[in-house]
This record gives sequence, structure tokens and C-alpha cells, in this order.
Amino acid sequence: MRAIVTVIGKDQVGIIAGVSTLLASEDVNILDISQTVLQGYFTMFMLVDLAACRLSFRELADALDKKGQERGLTIRIQRTEIFDAMHRI
Amino acid sequence: MLNPQEIIATNEMIDQQNLDIRTITMGISLLGCIDPDPAVCCRKIYDRITKCAENLVKTGEDIESEFGIPIVNKRISVTPMALIAESCNTEDYVPFAKAMDDAAREVGVNFIGGFSALVHKGFTPGDLRLIESIPEALAQTQRVCSSVNVATTKAGINMDAVAKMGQTIKKSAQLTADSGGMGCAKLVVFANAVEDNPFMAGAFHGIGEPDCVINVGVSGPGVVYHALKTMKGQPFDEVAETIKKTAFRITRMGQLVAQEASRRLGVPFGIVDLSLAPTPAIGDSVADILEEMGLSSVGAHGTTAALALLNDAVKKGGVMASSHVGGLSGAFIPVSEDAGMIRAAQKGLLTLSKLEAMTCVCSVGLDMIAVPGDTPAETIAAIIADEAAIGVVNNKTTAVRIIPAPGKIVGDVVDFGGLLGSAPVMPVSECDSGTFIRRGGRIPAPMHSLKN
Repeated sequence: MRAIVTVIGKDQVGIIAGVSTLLASEDVNILDISQTVLQGYFTMFMLVDLAACRLSFRELADALDKKGQERGLTIRIQRTEIFDAMHRI
Repeated sequence: MLNPQEIIATNEMIDQQNLDIRTITMGISLLGCIDPDPAVCCRKIYDRITKCAENLVKTGEDIESEFGIPIVNKRISVTPMALIAESCNTEDYVPFAKAMDDAAREVGVNFIGGFSALVHKGFTPGDLRLIESIPEALAQTQRVCSSVNVATTKAGINMDAVAKMGQTIKKSAQLTADSGGMGCAKLVVFANAVEDNPFMAGAFHGIGEPDCVINVGVSGPGVVYHALKTMKGQPFDEVAETIKKTAFRITRMGQLVAQEASRRLGVPFGIVDLSLAPTPAIGDSVADILEEMGLSSVGAHGTTAALALLNDAVKKGGVMASSHVGGLSGAFIPVSEDAGMIRAAQKGLLTLSKLEAMTCVCSVGLDMIAVPGDTPAETIAAIIADEAAIGVVNNKTTAVRIIPAPGKIVGDVVDFGGLLGSAPVMPVSECDSGTFIRRGGRIPAPMHSLKN
């Protein structure tokens, strides 16, 4: 299963390191990363593969959310199908 | 591959424009629960609903979490209860409503529809008993919704049923007077009711439906409104195109969720209902869309044309995005549940007459309208007759969900809370329709119903 991790917040040192360390520790493979600054906020998108992930989807979502709160960031994870359904034919 | 624009667009729709799945509704046939002993029948009903829907709420929440799309309601519709209860040796049908209510509470759904009767051509004894039981049933339960179909294009209008529903609505209001007539907010009178409607309060599981089925209602007035904000001054061709594209996206998401829910629950997928359903939240209003097209307020001349365009474009966009479209599939204009409608009604800019005209071109009818508490039952019946005529002649579903709010007069506001919102009490005609309603009988089906 593939999913998109979206990270939004104030730019700071170690955002990518923090998120990717968490993902690596749960055996989540990062396939692609894109980052930009949107309306003054750091915005990062990660395409990840959850095939080997040790947590359930909801546990991983909660872990990412907790990580985000520690750093004042909003981190969410969504399965890719929703974006494909809405934007691709 | 990563496409940041697509991700941003989707999440903006969800976060800022109130995009959501309005409801996943499980339709459950209760035909297997028929039993001559009412207590046994009620137990079978409870067992059947709780078994079929035991994982409904959890599955909805899992999908919500994995796709990041809010699923506002998980609900249940059942076979019209008059059909089931008629087999029992009892006059009182309230216990059947209580069985539905208990089952809904047990599985954690906020509404269950199907305390219903289909009487467009006439009553069976069970239909009459069910209609008699509606006011008590709605007063004694929290989650049960009731509907009665009084007319179809094929059968005409059962004016005896229309008269009876005027009285039933009045009695429902009286029995729930301490909550503003809340019973009436859970009671819909239909013409041309559909069998696969996922939206409350009018949902029931029709007799042509499978044993169990998943129907999904999408929403998203805020997304359409936001899309039109970028179209200022453009001609209507462009407006229609923009609405179609937006509706396509929204519906694709609905189709995805419906298929996913169907797969996980092991229950066949029925339909996606393309309705634009507002909520009282700011930015989630159908009225706002109409005003964005250039009307200073909903209710202005031009409102019906604007709504006709909106309703048609939503269908054209949505129909290509779903394998099976059904239910009501049209824009809803419930007055109490739409911030823009409430605003216009409070200022006297939106009247019952204009709303009636609007129901000619959209789903579904006079919905969540509060009228003075002393409105006669015959006047309410006449309002129902007018709506039924629009539905029957135009071959579409129409409905009336009207609340004669006890003790309230024009200008008061009735607050129902939550998704039901708050309804400004609107004036009705003071002319008498009593002699008309008391004629009874049936208004024959229109000429164009003879298609064979």
C-alpha cells in the first residue's frame, strides 16, 4: 500500500531527518520526496510504501501526528488512491 | 508519482472547503424478520440490524483515517416497517420503532430510517397502523426516522394520505413540543420516493433492493462555491463547466469510498448519491453558490434558474465519475441546515412560494421548514399536495419536511442543534384549504404516466 505523508509548518532544522527517522524505524520505505515553501510555510510531501510497515495504518498516523505536535508541525498520512481518484482518469 | 498540486488541491478541499462524505448508509432488508408475535419480530429486527451493521461504524472510521477524508455520518436504512409489522397481531407499532432505535444505538449510528409506509395508491391495515404510530414512535425514540410516500407519477396522489399526514405532522409537533417539534424533523412525506436514498430523514431500504447494500452520499457545496469564486463575470457556459469538473472530482472520491466500504464490509455496493448537501457550517452552503452566481440573496428573481443550472451540472459531472448513480441525486435546499438559506429566510427574502418554485428544478422539496405552531393540519396537507403535484407531474422526487413549531410565531427561530441546524419560522398563506383537503380520494395519475 502506498501513501502520501504531508508535513506543513514553520521551517526548522531537522524536519526531514525527524520524519524519515520515524518512518525508517517502522520499516516504511520512502519512494519520493518533494518540498516547497507555500504561503510562508514549509511544506513537504513524501510518497511512501507501507508494504513492510510494522504498524497498522492508524498507529502510524498517530505516531506521525504525535511527532508533528512535538515540533509544531502538521503531519498527516493518506493513501494515494484518494488523490488518483480525484485528479486522474 | 508525487504531484504536489494535486495533494494540495485535495487537502484544501477537505480542510478549508468542507469536502466530506456525508453518509455511508447500509440498507438492510428486514423481510426475514416477519413473525406473528410482535415481541419475537422486534427481537429479530434488533438482531438482524446489529449483526449486519456491527462493523459499519468502525469500517467508516478506518476509511476516514486512511484516506484522510471525513465521513460525517454512518447510517442505516431498513425495509419499510409497515410491510414487516403488518404480519404481527398488534395495533401498536411503536415497539418496532424502539427495536430500530435500540439497534441503532448499539451499533453507534446517529439515524436509522425506514419507519415507513408506501401508500401512494391506498392503505393496507398495516400502513394505517404505522401512520397512526408515527407521532408516538418519533417522540419515544431518538434515532428513528420516518417517511411516507403519498404519491407517484404512476399512481397519482393519495389525497386521503395527504390529509392524514397533515394531522400526523401536527401531532408529532405537539408530542415533541419541548424540543421545538423535533419529531417533525425526522418525518418526510414523499412523492416518487426512491428505494436507495442514503440521506436522512427519508431513507428506507426499498423492496427491490438486495438483502444488504452500501449506498454513499457525497457532499461538497463549499468546494463548488470556492471553484465559482474564480469565475466572476464569466458566462454561464463557463460556470456550468466549472461545476461539472468539480462534481466529477467529488464524486470520484465518493465512488472510491463506496467501493472500499463495500469491499471491507463484504456487502454489495449500491449507488453513489450525487446530491449537494449543505450543513449549517459557514462555507458549506448551497445558497452561497447561488449567490456567487450573481444574486444578492437566495430568493431573488433568478434563483430558480441558478439552481436549475447547478443541479444539472452536478449530475452531468457526477454521473461519469460513478459506476452507479442513484438515490436523490440533486441539490438539497433544507432551510434550517444551510447558513445562507437561514440568512435569507430571516430577512424575509426567501419565501415558501419561492422555495416551492425551486423544488421544481432540484432535489428534493420543502425541507426543514418551520412554520407557525398554529398552522392548521389542512394547510400543511395542502402544502404537501402542492409539492406532490410538482413531483408527480414532473416525474421527479419531491418531499415535505415541515415543522409547525409549537408556540412559535413568524420571526421566531427553532434550534434543533447539530446537523439539523436552526429554522426561522416562515409565514404560510392564511387562506383556508380545508374544504379542498377534506374531499379525499385520489388525484389521478397524469397523462404522461401512460408510457407503455
